[in-house]
Parts: sequence; structure tokens; C-alpha cells
Amino acid sequence: MQLVTPAIGLVFWMLVTFSILLFILKKFAWGPILGSIKDREDSINQSLSQAEQARNEMAKLQGENEQLLAQARQERDAMLKEAREMKEKIVGDAKSSAEEEAKKVMARASDEINKQKSAAMDELKKEIASFSVQIAEKLLAESLSNNEAQQKLISHHLNELTQKAQA
Amino acid sequence: MKMQSTENQCTSVGVRFGKFVFALFLTLFFNNVGIANDNHSSNTNSEDVEHHDAESHEASTHEHAGSHEAAKGFEPGKMIMEHIADAHDWHLWGEGDHSVSIPLPVILYTSEGLSVFSSSNFHHGHSPYNGFKLNHEGVVTWEDETKTDVIYDLSITKNVLALFIGSIFLIVLVIKMARHYAANTGKAPKGIYNLIEPLILFLRDDIARPTIGKKADNYMSLLLSIFFFIFTLNLFGLIPVFPGGANVTGNISVTMVLALVVFITVTISGNKYYWKHIFMPDVPVWMYVIIIPIEILGVVLKPFVLMLRLFANITAGHIIILGFFSLIFIFGNMNAGLGYAVSPLSVAFTLFMSVLELLVAFLQAFVFTLLSSIYIGMAVEEHHH
Repeated sequence: MQLVTPAIGLVFWMLVTFSILLFILKKFAWGPILGSIKDREDSINQSLSQAEQARNEMAKLQGENEQLLAQARQERDAMLKEAREMKEKIVGDAKSSAEEEAKKVMARASDEINKQKSAAMDELKKEIASFSVQIAEKLLAESLSNNEAQQKLISHHLNELTQKAQA
Repeated sequence: MKMQSTENQCTSVGVRFGKFVFALFLTLFFNNVGIANDNHSSNTNSEDVEHHDAESHEASTHEHAGSHEAAKGFEPGKMIMEHIADAHDWHLWGEGDHSVSIPLPVILYTSEGLSVFSSSNFHHGHSPYNGFKLNHEGVVTWEDETKTDVIYDLSITKNVLALFIGSIFLIVLVIKMARHYAANTGKAPKGIYNLIEPLILFLRDDIARPTIGKKADNYMSLLLSIFFFIFTLNLFGLIPVFPGGANVTGNISVTMVLALVVFITVTISGNKYYWKHIFMPDVPVWMYVIIIPIEILGVVLKPFVLMLRLFANITAGHIIILGFFSLIFIFGNMNAGLGYAVSPLSVAFTLFMSVLELLVAFLQAFVFTLLSSIYIGMAVEEHHH
């Protein structure tokens, strides 16, 4: 029976010891330990959520970067296209102005040539007239007043010649 | 004469029944073997020796104190009971008068006042001291047997000392842990604390929080203290030599106080739903006659069962281990060679049981804490079904 009968002394000491144990452990052990475990858990959770946030931000930044890159590429393309157009325009302009210039030069040159030609013709006509006169004089000198009708014929031929040349 | 002795034996057996009921299953077989042998050789059985009065008992122990081979030299039931019961000294080795033990202070409070002296004054129960004597059960009584005054025995017994040692060990360990945590804020624990922290987290996350709910953290200190107290003392009880070996958590006084603490906590924590469930359950009023006594019985029974479970499990473990050891000496009494032959088997079984008891040490601490937590959870439960 002794085994299943509580002993007053042991009950007393157990009560005292367990109360003290409970008090000391609560105050100096479990409280601080549970507190620091909780702190650690909180800090781990916080760190995890911060990491998650950072990752999200990173993803966002990356997206932005890509967007910027795409925009830049587009801008570059546009610029290149514009430059090409401008080049073509400039080249075209230069070509047309050069052609125009060339035409003008040509026109001027042909005018000049015509003028020179007509001047040369006039000169030639005069020369030929004087030659003809000289020839006629020579002829006349041989048969002066010999034959008026012949003189007439000669001038008539000369005129014909000059007209032909002028034409 | 024969009738008288049978009658005497009957009443004695009645008185001793409680003491024997735990050891019976194990020791019956051994006793029978041993007794059969004894009967042939000396015509006395071990129970008779048990039931002799203190003086003749002493005489008998005198007789075979030194001679182990004596026919009735070993009584497993008595040995086991002595080991699992509380004592006024801490037995180290040897037996009978040659035993070496640590004397512990005896503190007695009686109508005559307080008296404090060393238990060595009793000389293992042979001599009275200061008007007191130690009876054969190891209980302090009046030397004058006609005196009936109550003796409040507040001695520092073996179990009390073991209780102190275990508690101090636990306090030192856990406070060191708290210091370590304070010094290493936010860092992972190191060493032994790596072992304790999972237990703490297990108690918090898998026992307290699921069973108690939102208020769990208020009860964590209590639950942790109960768990580690039981666990530590269970483990200390498994150490066969001095700082351990005492059957503290297998002592009904200790488990009673633990159960009482839980009972008080549950009663204080009980909210209106808890009390309504007991005194105004949702049943037809005429059934109150049946239900309310049952509910009240349940309230008392819960801590009572807590008390018994821990006590019985730990005590049974100690009895089984001691029973296996007894095998050696039971067979040794029959034949020395047989004793040697049995010893390896006995040691193997004891080793197996000791390892199993390591599991039980944890399991019982866990079960006690889990059930305490569930009872508290029932008391603080908010919604009502």
C-alpha cells in the first residue's frame, strides 16, 4: 500500500520544488528562450519577405530595362531611316542641280557656238565678198569694161553663193 | 496454530496486496520457482519471511547478510519494492548491515515539535532514536507503539534529494540556454541547445498551439516546465548509480502534485463555456441527474488518470528492469552455475528494457504534456458546439 499512498513529506517538497522551478524557469528561462525564438522567427520571416520584395523589384526593373532597350532600339532604327532618307534626298538634289547646271552650261555653250558661227559666217561672207571682188578686180583688170554683162553675172553668182552659205 | 497462521497470512496478504500487485505478474513466476526450492530446503517461503514482524525479519536478514548462497537469501519482490520505494537513505552498494548508503536528514514535525537528525542514527532500522524508529517498511514511527499522534515526516528522503538534483540540473541547463540565446540573438543555437530547441518548438507548434489555440503561449511556460521536469527525472531514474536511480516520477506523491498543478490550471482557466458544459449541458433537464455527476467525475478523473499513468508506467519500467536482474539471483540461489548461465540473458534483457525505457521516458513526458495541454484547451475553448 505504501507504493500507492502519497507521502506527506514528498508531496510537500514536490510542491515547494515545483513551484520554485516553475517560477524560476518561467522568469529566467522559458520567457527569454521563447522570446528569442519568436524574435528569430520574426526576423527570418521578415528577411524572407524582404527577399521576395527585392526579387519582385528586380523583376520590375528588368522589365523596365527591357522596355527602355526596346525603345532605344526603335529610336535608333528611326534615326537610321531618317538619315538614309536624308542622304537620298541630298544625293537626289545634288544630281538634279548638277543636271540643271549642265543643261545651262550646254545651252550657253550652244548659244555661244551659234553666235560664233554666225559671226564666222558674216566674216566668211565678207571675206568671200572681198575675195570675189579681188577676183573680179583681177578679172576686170584683164578685161575691164570689156564686158559689163559678165560682171553682172559674177555678182549674181556670188550673191547666190552667200545666200547658200548663210542658209 | 495452522489456522491462525493462515488467517494471519490472509490479512497480511490483504494489506500487502497493493504493494505486490505491481510486482506480482513478474515475480510470481520467479517466486514460485524460488519458493518451491525454498520449501524443500528450509520449509519457509519468502512470503512468510516478508510477513514476520520487524524483529524476526531483522534477525533473518542478519542470518544471511553475508552468505549469499543461503537458501532464502534472495527475495525479488522485497528487493524490487525496496528499490522503487522512497527511503531515508540513499543506498549505494552492499546489502543488509554491510550496505553503504548516504544518510539523509530526517525532519519530523509532531505535536512535540520539530526534530531534525540524520537517518544514520537509525542504523538501517535497527535502533530507535529520539523516540522514533524506522519500521520494516522504512516508515518513521513512534518508538512507543502505543502513541498515536500524527507524525508529519518532512524528511529529505531519497526521492526528495533526487527531485532537488533533477530540478537544479534542469534549471542550470535551461538558464544557460537562455543566456546563450540572449548572447546570440537571431542566430541558430549550438550544441545541446540544438537538441532542446526542437523539443520546445515541438511542444509549442505541435502540442500547445493545436490543442489550446490562441491562448497557447500563455501556458507554454507551464507545459514546458512539466515536460522537461518529467523528462529529466525519467532519464535520471534510468541512471543506475547515485545522482539517478531514484524512482521520482514513478512515485505517486510526485505525479499527484503534477496532476494537481494541471487540475488547478484547468480549473482557473475554465471559461463560461467550460463550466456551462459541466453544469448546464445541452441535454434535456431530466438528464442532468445523470450528466452532471458524470461531468464532475470527469473533471476529477482527468488529472487522476494523469497521475496514475505516469506513476504506473515509470514504476512498471523500474520493476521490469529489476525483475530481469533478479533472475540472476533467483537462479543463482538454485545453483551458482545456473545463475552465471542466466546472467548474460538477463543483462541482454535489461539492456533492451533500459533502451525501451529511454523511449518511455520521452513518451510519458510527452503524453502527460499532451493531455495537460488538451485539458487546458478544453477549458479555454471559446465556441460551443
